[in-house]
Order: sequence, then C-alpha cells, then structure tokens
Amino acid sequence: MTTPPSHAEPISQTVASPLPNAWQWARRHLFPSPGHTVLSLITLAFLLWFVPTALDWLIFSATFIGESQADCTGGGACWLPISQRIEMFVYGFYPDTQEWRVNVAFALAAGLFPLLYAKRLDRRWILAYLAALPFVMWWLLKGGAGLPEVSSTKFAGILVTVFLGVVGMVFALPLGILLALGRRSSKPIIKMLCVLYIELIRSVPVITLLFMASLMVQLFLPPGVFIDILLRVLAVLILFTAAYMAETIRGGLQGIPKGQYEAAKALGFSYWKTMGMIILPQVLRNTIPPLLTQFIGLFKETTLVMIVGVLDIVGIAMSTTAAPEWLGLEHEVYLFLAMFFFVICFALSRYARHLEKQLERSRS
Amino acid sequence: MQKTSSLARLAQASVLLMGAGYLGSAQAGILEDVQARDTLRCGISSDKAGFSFLTNDGQWTGMDVDLCRAVAAAVLDDADKVEYVVTTAKNRLTALASGGIDVLSRSTTWTASRDANLGVDFTTPWFYDGQGFMTHADYGVEKLEDLDGALFCLSPGTTSERNLEDHFGRRGLSYRTIVIEKSTELYNAFQQGRCDAITNDVSGLAARRTLFANPDDYIMLPDVISKEPLGAYVPQGNAEWRDIVTWTAFALMNAEELGVTSENIDELRDTSKNPKIARLLGTDGRIGERFGLSNDWAYQAIKQVGNYAEIFNRNVGPDTPLKFERGLNRLWSDGGLLYPAPIR
Repeated sequence: MTTPPSHAEPISQTVASPLPNAWQWARRHLFPSPGHTVLSLITLAFLLWFVPTALDWLIFSATFIGESQADCTGGGACWLPISQRIEMFVYGFYPDTQEWRVNVAFALAAGLFPLLYAKRLDRRWILAYLAALPFVMWWLLKGGAGLPEVSSTKFAGILVTVFLGVVGMVFALPLGILLALGRRSSKPIIKMLCVLYIELIRSVPVITLLFMASLMVQLFLPPGVFIDILLRVLAVLILFTAAYMAETIRGGLQGIPKGQYEAAKALGFSYWKTMGMIILPQVLRNTIPPLLTQFIGLFKETTLVMIVGVLDIVGIAMSTTAAPEWLGLEHEVYLFLAMFFFVICFALSRYARHLEKQLERSRS
Repeated sequence: MQKTSSLARLAQASVLLMGAGYLGSAQAGILEDVQARDTLRCGISSDKAGFSFLTNDGQWTGMDVDLCRAVAAAVLDDADKVEYVVTTAKNRLTALASGGIDVLSRSTTWTASRDANLGVDFTTPWFYDGQGFMTHADYGVEKLEDLDGALFCLSPGTTSERNLEDHFGRRGLSYRTIVIEKSTELYNAFQQGRCDAITNDVSGLAARRTLFANPDDYIMLPDVISKEPLGAYVPQGNAEWRDIVTWTAFALMNAEELGVTSENIDELRDTSKNPKIARLLGTDGRIGERFGLSNDWAYQAIKQVGNYAEIFNRNVGPDTPLKFERGLNRLWSDGGLLYPAPIR
C-alpha cells in the first residue's frame, strides 16, 4: 500500500527545517487551529489530572501486603483479595503437590506463540505440536496413565480459562476449515449439512448452547454415562467458534482466482492435494488476522461458562467478592480481571498486527 | 416477560421429566455409588455468604457446606471426602435429577412443585427463612403497600420472583423489575439506586445490609410474604438415600437438644448414662446399620462437623460478620421450629 504524497505538506517546509523539534510537532498535531487547541488543552488537563490520580489509587496508595481488609489503610486500592487468593485464582482447587502439572501445561500453551513466530522451523513440527497440545494438556491436568487423577471439579480460575481458550482454538480451526470446504463442496449432501450446521449455530446465541450442554445433554445419555461438564462446555465453544471461522475461511477461499484451481487440475492434482498444497496455504495466510480476532473473541467468551457452574477466573472473582471478609472490594477484583484479559488479548492482537505486516512485506 | 418465563419453566419441567425416566435405574443405589466412589458429590452455591463461599485457602465453607460435610462424615467417616460441584439457581435441580450430584445443599426452598415435578425429593428443612423486603430509608416507606409501582431488583428463577408476583397481583398493586443473575451485583445495583427495593430471604437481606457501606440508609419492611424452608434435595425415587441425608440433619439437631457438642462428644460417649445419647452415638442399638451405615454414623458427623448450634454460630451466628439471630431456627423447646424426630 502506498500513500499518495500529501498536498498539505509542502516539501520545501520539511526541507527548510531539518530538525523538526517537539514544538513544531505539537503545533502541527495538537494546535493547528483554535478549535483543535481547545480540545487538546482539555484533553491534556484531563490526562494530567486522571493519570496521577489513577496511578496513586492503583499503585502508590494501594495495599499489596497484609492479611485482611483491616490492613488496607493507604486509601488506595486494596489488592489483598487478589494477593491472598492468587493461588486460587491461578490453580483453582488443584492439589498443591500437583501444581507443577498446571505449570507445565501453561508453559506448553505459551510455547505455541514463539513457535508460530519461528520461520525456519519445519511446518510439520508446528502442526504436530498443535495437534498434540490439547491431548497432552488434558492428560497433564486430568491425570491418568502414570499421573494421579485429579477431578475436574478441582479445576478453576485461570487454569480453566487458559485450558478452554487454548484447546478451543486448536480444535476450532481445523473444524472451521473442514466446514468451509464442505460448504463449497460440489457434493449436495455434504454442502447442505455444512450450510445447515453453520447457519444453525450462527443464529443461536452461545449462551443458549451452553445451557443446552449443561442441562440437556446429560438427560439424553444412557444411565451411568457422564460426560465431564468441562468437556461439554469446551465442545460448545469449539463448535460455536468453528462455525464463525468457517465463514471467514470461506471468504478467503472465494478470494482465490479460479485459474489456480484449473491450473492445479490441469497438472493432475487431486482435490485434497489442490487444497492442501495450493489453495489452503494462501487462504490461511490471508485470513490470519481475522482468525486471530476470532481467537480473541473465543478467549473472552470462555467467561460465559461461569453461568453454567464452571468456575473460571470470573467465577473465582465472584466467589471472592461474596466472601464476608472481602465484601465491598468488587472494584479491585474486577479491575484485576480486566487487566488479566487485557494483557492476553492485547498480546494476541499485537501478534495479529505483526503477522499482517509480515504479509504486506511478503506481498510487495 | 411473564409469558416467556412460564414457557421456559414448562420447557425446563418437560426436559426434567424426560430425564426422570432414566432415574429409576440410574440412581438405583446412591449409597452404594457414594461408598464405591469414596466421595460425596455435593451441589452448592458459589457465592452465598455464610452458606457457601470460599475461604482464602480455597476451602468451601458455610452452613450448606457443613451439611454436605456431615453427610460425608456419616456415610464415609470423613467430612473431607466431598467433591463440591458449583451449581447456579438455574441448573441446580437438573444437575441433581440427571445424576451429576448426590445431594443438593444450596439454600433451596421446599415447595410442592419442586417436590412433585422435577425428579427431586426434599429431605428436611435445614434453615427456616422467609421473604422480606428492604428499601431506601429516605423514601419514608413503612409497609409493603407503599411500594406500589416500585422498581424491584430480583434474581431470576427463584421463588422470590413468584411470591412477589402473587402478593402484588392479588392486591392489585403494580411493580416493575430488574433481573440480575449474580447476588453481589444485585445488591450493588440496589445500593447504587438502580432500583427502589430489593426482595429476598430475610436472612440474606439482613446479612447483606450489615456489609453495606451505610447500613442505616436502608430499612427492612416488617412484611414477610412467604415461608421459606430451605434444605437439601436428593434425586427422586431413592428412599434409602433420602433417609440418610434427612436423619443426618436430624442427628445434628438432636445433638444440640441433648447437649452433645464436638468438644464433649468423646466424654459423653464413654460416661453418659442417658439412653438417648447412647442411641444417638451408636453405643446402644443398631440404628446406623439399618440405614446401611456404620453404627457410629451420627458420632462421626457430630464429632467432625459439630451440632446444629455449633454450625449455626460458626457460620452465620453473632460472632460472624453476618450476625444472624437464631429466630425461627431455635429448637422447638426454645420456641423455634427445629423439631428433629427422635432417634430410637
């Protein structure tokens, strides 16, 4: 993308002042006209008042160390419900001696990002890592095969949020690809089923699906069969996100010129070879930014599981604000939640931006 | 609005009925299941101060939780062998009817429609409550009729919503509602003036008011419009299991009546000449065995969890931030409603 040269900036002026100082920058951007000047001054005054006040409340007058609400005497934020319960926020009710398993699972999930950045690594390794990750995470967290089993009622807090988010992302993408391909398939039954599925899921709120998973599924299963509630809500999140991803990917598929399909056919490529080696690599590269946006959405949607009785980080926060000793500290607890989600979602969105830039470079 | 909610209720009920068909076989022996699993799965609330909430080190605690612990102590000899399953006001009865939990101890009111329709059975009242009203003191409201046309904060799917509708409808009064799912937010909305009045169980209102920033700005109205016997539910069609939960609760109340506490229980077991105590603690007779438990079932429950008075005082009594009066929850001999059937 090239921007046409701006007429508002005569070249001579830039040349005339080889050291554009802060004042000139400010004059051009903050005070170009009386109206702008007034707005800029009001905004600056607001920031000068707000930033110190906020920092004072958040950090300088805040209480970080102490036992109970009585220790919060600084007049600022009282972070004690968080610091006193940080273990519960992170690990839920996971047994203390087994917490290393959660740490390893978190590390494996975090390892995904440097891996996606790596350019020289064989793509097959990345795919294998992606495919194995959810199963390894489930094995680590839940136990079995050598590890002591941990009931999923002990899962809570960030553990649940990260688990649902990461596993949801890993499964939703392949399912979304298959649905998108199915929707463009020439076989009428496959096409119809995919269209029906996508449209059905997209026209129902995710909360309805969660209620169905938590209330109805169990009633239709034969006696004695019990599917873990965590897996049920995970399935809903995956199925829901996949339907949206399918539409994004379908958009990408439509953007590939028809000539490429014809050329592949002429060279004797089968359908799966055409898709796997020619079409999908291009489509996925083009749709990475919107797909990552959907991942961010999925990560935030995991908080909905709270209303069906799964204690994610929001559930722990709610329970904290209900404990008699921490009553009245909702602001701090909710701010902590906001910061947690901001850090993760902002990181994801920066990553999307980075990929977008890389794409622009590789195209030009 | 009203139409939707009754439709939703109908849908919920029919789904539950379909599920109830399975129960006969699925829940054949809850006691055996619990013993084989060696843990009791207990459905609780995640945020009801004094009844079930989390301590800083991640332990569930409260009156409802203690009932779960007592049952676990009676059945499995260990009050810690409980797996707590968080339920919401909406999914609690389905979780029970579908076999996801063995006991629901979540301050759930004993009502005919729940007992009759939903694939669940009530055990015995664990806490007597009633629905009351709180409003802003500066309104000058003195009785419920003065709240004609007021805006109420409610939590969805509870009996309070139905009671309010019955009470106001019958008197030709009008009201509007804001429905908020989580209790913390419900009370915040009320404090911020988003609604004129809030209605809930008297105990809950009183407890929350002590924790408000300015408790004196709010008044409780004298009207109590409903009876709310709260207690544990079990899946329908399992009389043996229902007996166990019911009699565990009775045992704790009988213990208070007989003066048996977790402190003096060992001494009384060895020295007491009172035949009632001997039967309660299993040194005389084989009552436990007839329930399918060991004869010291009640001893274990009282020893590990305490008698009713200890449980009440520890969780909601005068020394806690909640400061409840015993009120209706005194023993019958003290003028309350607790009338535990005799253990003999």
